Amino acid sequence: MASVPHITVVGGGSTGTGIARDLAMRGLDVTLVEKGNLTHGTTGRMHGLLHSGGRYAVSDQKSARECVEENYVLREVATHCVEETGGLFVKRPEDAEEYFEEKLQGCRDCDIPVEVLSGAEAREMEPHLAEDVDRAIWVPDAAIDPFRLCVSNALDAERHGARVETHAEVTDVLVEGGEVTGLEVRHDSGPGKRVHGSPGGTERIETDHVVNATGAWAGRIGDLAGVDIEVRPSKGVMTVMNTRQVDTVVNRCRPKGDADIIVPHETACILGTTDEEVSDPEDYPEEGWEVDLMIDELSELVPMLQEARTIRSFWGVRPLYEPPEVGSEDPTDITRDFFLLDHEERDDLPGMTSIVGGKLTTYRLMAESISDHVCAQFGTTTTCRTADEPLPGSEDFTVLADAMKRFGLRSPVARRSSQRLGSRTESVLSRCDPNPVLCPCEAVSRAEVRDAIDQAGTDLNAVRLRTRASMGNCQGGFCSHRIAGELHPTHDEPTVDDALTELVEERWKGERHALWGEQLSQAALKYTLQATTMNRDADPVDDDVDWGAFDAGERSAADGAVTDGGRRDEGSDGGTTGGD
Amino acid sequence: MVGATRGATEGRPVAIEDDVLVVGGGLAGVTAALAAADTGVRVRLVSHKESTLRQASGVVDALGALDGTLVSDPYEAVERLSDGHPYRTLGADALRSGFDLFDGTVTGYEGSHTDANALVPTHGGTVKPTARYPESVAPGLASDDRPMLLVGFETLPDFDAPRAAAHLERVGVPFAVHGVTLDFPGNLRADAAVTRYADLLDEAVPVDGGRVDARTALVERVKSHLSGAERVGFPALLGHEAHDEVRAELSQRLGADAFEVPMGPPSLPGTRLADQLYAAMDDAGVGIETGNPVVDVTTDGERVTEVTVERTHTAVPYAAEQYVLATGGLVGKGIASNRESVRERVFDCHVPHPADRYDWSVEGAYGDHAFARFGVRIDADGRPLDASEDVEYENLRAAGGVVGGADVAAEKSASGVSLATGFTAGRLAGEEVS
Ligand SMILES: Cc1cc2nc3c(=O)[nH]c(=O)nc-3n(C[C@H](O)[C@H](O)[C@H](O)COP(=O)(O)OP(=O)(O)OC[C@H]3O[C@@H](n4cnc5c(N)ncnc54)[C@H](O)[C@@H]3O)c2cc1C
Ligand SMILES: Cc1cc2nc3c(=O)[nH]c(=O)nc-3n(C[C@H](O)[C@H](O)[C@H](O)COP(=O)(O)OP(=O)(O)OC[C@H]3O[C@@H](n4cnc5c(N)ncnc54)[C@H](O)[C@@H]3O)c2cc1C
Repeated sequence: MASVPHITVVGGGSTGTGIARDLAMRGLDVTLVEKGNLTHGTTGRMHGLLHSGGRYAVSDQKSARECVEENYVLREVATHCVEETGGLFVKRPEDAEEYFEEKLQGCRDCDIPVEVLSGAEAREMEPHLAEDVDRAIWVPDAAIDPFRLCVSNALDAERHGARVETHAEVTDVLVEGGEVTGLEVRHDSGPGKRVHGSPGGTERIETDHVVNATGAWAGRIGDLAGVDIEVRPSKGVMTVMNTRQVDTVVNRCRPKGDADIIVPHETACILGTTDEEVSDPEDYPEEGWEVDLMIDELSELVPMLQEARTIRSFWGVRPLYEPPEVGSEDPTDITRDFFLLDHEERDDLPGMTSIVGGKLTTYRLMAESISDHVCAQFGTTTTCRTADEPLPGSEDFTVLADAMKRFGLRSPVARRSSQRLGSRTESVLSRCDPNPVLCPCEAVSRAEVRDAIDQAGTDLNAVRLRTRASMGNCQGGFCSHRIAGELHPTHDEPTVDDALTELVEERWKGERHALWGEQLSQAALKYTLQATTMNRDADPVDDDVDWGAFDAGERSAADGAVTDGGRRDEGSDGGTTGGD
Repeated sequence: MVGATRGATEGRPVAIEDDVLVVGGGLAGVTAALAAADTGVRVRLVSHKESTLRQASGVVDALGALDGTLVSDPYEAVERLSDGHPYRTLGADALRSGFDLFDGTVTGYEGSHTDANALVPTHGGTVKPTARYPESVAPGLASDDRPMLLVGFETLPDFDAPRAAAHLERVGVPFAVHGVTLDFPGNLRADAAVTRYADLLDEAVPVDGGRVDARTALVERVKSHLSGAERVGFPALLGHEAHDEVRAELSQRLGADAFEVPMGPPSLPGTRLADQLYAAMDDAGVGIETGNPVVDVTTDGERVTEVTVERTHTAVPYAAEQYVLATGGLVGKGIASNRESVRERVFDCHVPHPADRYDWSVEGAYGDHAFARFGVRIDADGRPLDASEDVEYENLRAAGGVVGGADVAAEKSASGVSLATGFTAGRLAGEEVS
């Protein structure tokens, strides 16, 4: 064994990036491999609620306690990823009084700060709540940006010497002499930043220990190593509205149910969700009734949602786990707690540990506990510092006012950029002059896009996740080509064109679930811009064009320099006018 | 000519009366109004918002692509369209007549010397087929083999000239092309609208510390990058009021033809075209009212008897013998939808559509989307049909984006459909009155 143990973390979601940062900060030699871009899995497709624990205060008090503790930790160390919105559990007349009291008591039992509001007080806070909402409990829920969170963790892991490799899928777990000794990884040929390895190539990574943090995919990695991991993936839908109908997280105060939370995010609101077990975390039906359910149910809390504009919907799969002996039938009964599976102890297979279950809110705690476990195996005694050391970007917000002035940016742009970039605002924005806004809906400027490209390469979806560019009302209609343009000439034109196509297709996929009303009109406009104005759909780049068959202009026709195509049919009605 | 008013009856406002009333002021509405006025009747056009012409790139398409393949002769290709397409319903002659009307109305456009489509460079870097193009765009045609320079500006991320040039090269254009990104003279702020660029050139504003005017400064910046180019393409911002003069001066001083690459919204060539068309309607005596929507209609079951325009807090009735519906499609807001269904907004004409909204579109951003064909279906006289294929109202015709059955973006036929249907609707409405 080398003097510094080499740990390979599989999975670039909140759990994997959190673990990579924690281990790297403790001085271990860390490699993280992720088959897509960062947040490619569940982390990029979740609701973005930084739980206060209130949701689990009746059914799962251990999780509730962990949530509230971590909630307060992340407000400190990940300031730039958290918006302190507060949350409400609102009760309608038909919701049980007893449950309201149970919820209140549960929160108090778990040390979750609460305040009871009358219906009128709740409406004062959130004017669009339904008239007949009669009571509410305020809790410290918040909104969290999972993209920024993962990127900051990965960035800091790298600063501490880790290698972070995206578009690198684990295709085999190498077992020798009854022990896990390494991984086989295939580098993808898709766009994206590749630090090592060439597209399509494979690489063997020798390692002292493998941490399997692949969430809903953990069973697949288990299969490759020959061990059983009983993950029970459960899907949920989220529907994005075009404005913030509420500024506070709104939960319905009733026992578990579908479609009971609204989370405000940046300029939007996200409605969620459902909970339904699926067999394959990558291939499951995305159905229109789920979207309808979100709107119909949640408009009981906020009636204006019925007529509001939806911009897209997306689905994610929860990496739920329960020990096989529990045997819950309904996925909503499965605990939200996390489990550390020591495969040496459990399956007689040393060299690998898996972490399953849990939720984003507790990612840091999960990372801490698995890092403790790994360090213990190698006799490393350094302690965890992730609860105290701010993530990059989070340290210092005073640069904000300064930056606004210096870069002469319109204030919403500067404000939004500095929210996204935190203490990196100054260094990022100063790199680019002039610095035009590329994505007007989300106020993302060229400097921010270039910064994201430095991190993500040609993977424009990764750029999008880092900056929110193309995630607003127009869904990339006005900005996709501008974002792609920033890749050129560092990257050659065909690569840029492919990257643009990939971004356009990704946007379209989610937009299809919001295609009615205003958003259908918006989609039609986008289609017009890209097909009519730009002709991206019938671009003859792969065809041989018979240039001579097309009009070369009146000038050429007069010169006879270039032959033009079909002559005007003299037999038809009316002579020609104009043009001469 | 202004509409006469009918004698007021108690309790209801006086209806404003005309022979033909056109609802909607996009290309289709304008074409219908001009075609109707041509028959000598009194015409009024009411339109809610600015037409989408101001967003459109300013080129006028007829039919440029079928199944993703470029078409050189639109008239020949009409036969290959499927049933229910407005060109099939009205015939290729309607398209030709629409273009004749356009050519006779508008100056500064080229392309009428041939039936063949022209290929125009796009701001995304490929070429697109179109039938008529502004003179400012003409020197950029891709079938012309003169070497080309494309010029973009740092502050204008919509047009990346080097990338566009590289893509054109990959498309295999028959000329040498290179691109360069420059600073636009005059220290515009990073997010200035295109009209600000145009203003600087229009007025030849002193720049570079008052040393030279904006046109000169632009010529100086471009000149060293020419390397043999005989034509130079700029994003479409070469002047507004004085655009002919600006282009002529730049061409003369560069020793190469300056031209414009059509852009997305807001579009100066689109705006110039809209201005010309509105002036032509004025000249033809069409009464024009913009800013207020038609919100209601009155019918006797067979015929439309009146429509209601909503002015600030008052409802004003408008009556005519014949009506033309030209409110645009999903983009212009003539067609609306909710989670269950799709409808035509003003007259509630039948709009065929799949029952399940997930069948309105397909996977793949540029797939064969049903939504792209949403709109009313018309008969050979341009009259909307109901679900059982009977005429909705005897005196109502439809034109432009509100007419369905064509995927105008995929076909590159948007303006052509407006011209063909607008001409037919306007002409027949006028003839029926007179
Ligand atoms: C609908 C929904 C809503 C949710 N809302 C919330 C919420 O509001 N608040 C909250 O706290 N939690 C929420 N969660 C839970 C939370 O999103 C997840 O618990 C968390 O994101 C899981 O992160 P992870 O890193 O464990 O898994 P993932 O993010 O799934 O990461 C696993 C990664 O492993 C990668 N991978 C898989 N196989 C391989 C391989 N062979 N080689 C390399 N890489 C591989 C995947 O691509 C993936 O990126 C929600 C979950 C869902 C489904
Ligand atoms: C971004 C963009 C780019 C384009 N580029 C091209 C191109 O390159 N080539 C090409 O050939 N064509 C192009 N077009 C298409 C073209 O400009 C026209 O939009 C198209 O021909 C349809 O015209 P229209 O008159 O039917 O509808 P629109 O132009 O949509 O006009 C409809 C009008 O009706 C009005 N209206 C709607 N409802 C009411 C009501 N209730 N009461 C009163 N008025 C109402 C609207 O305010 C609007 O003014 C483009 C369009 C867009 C949007």
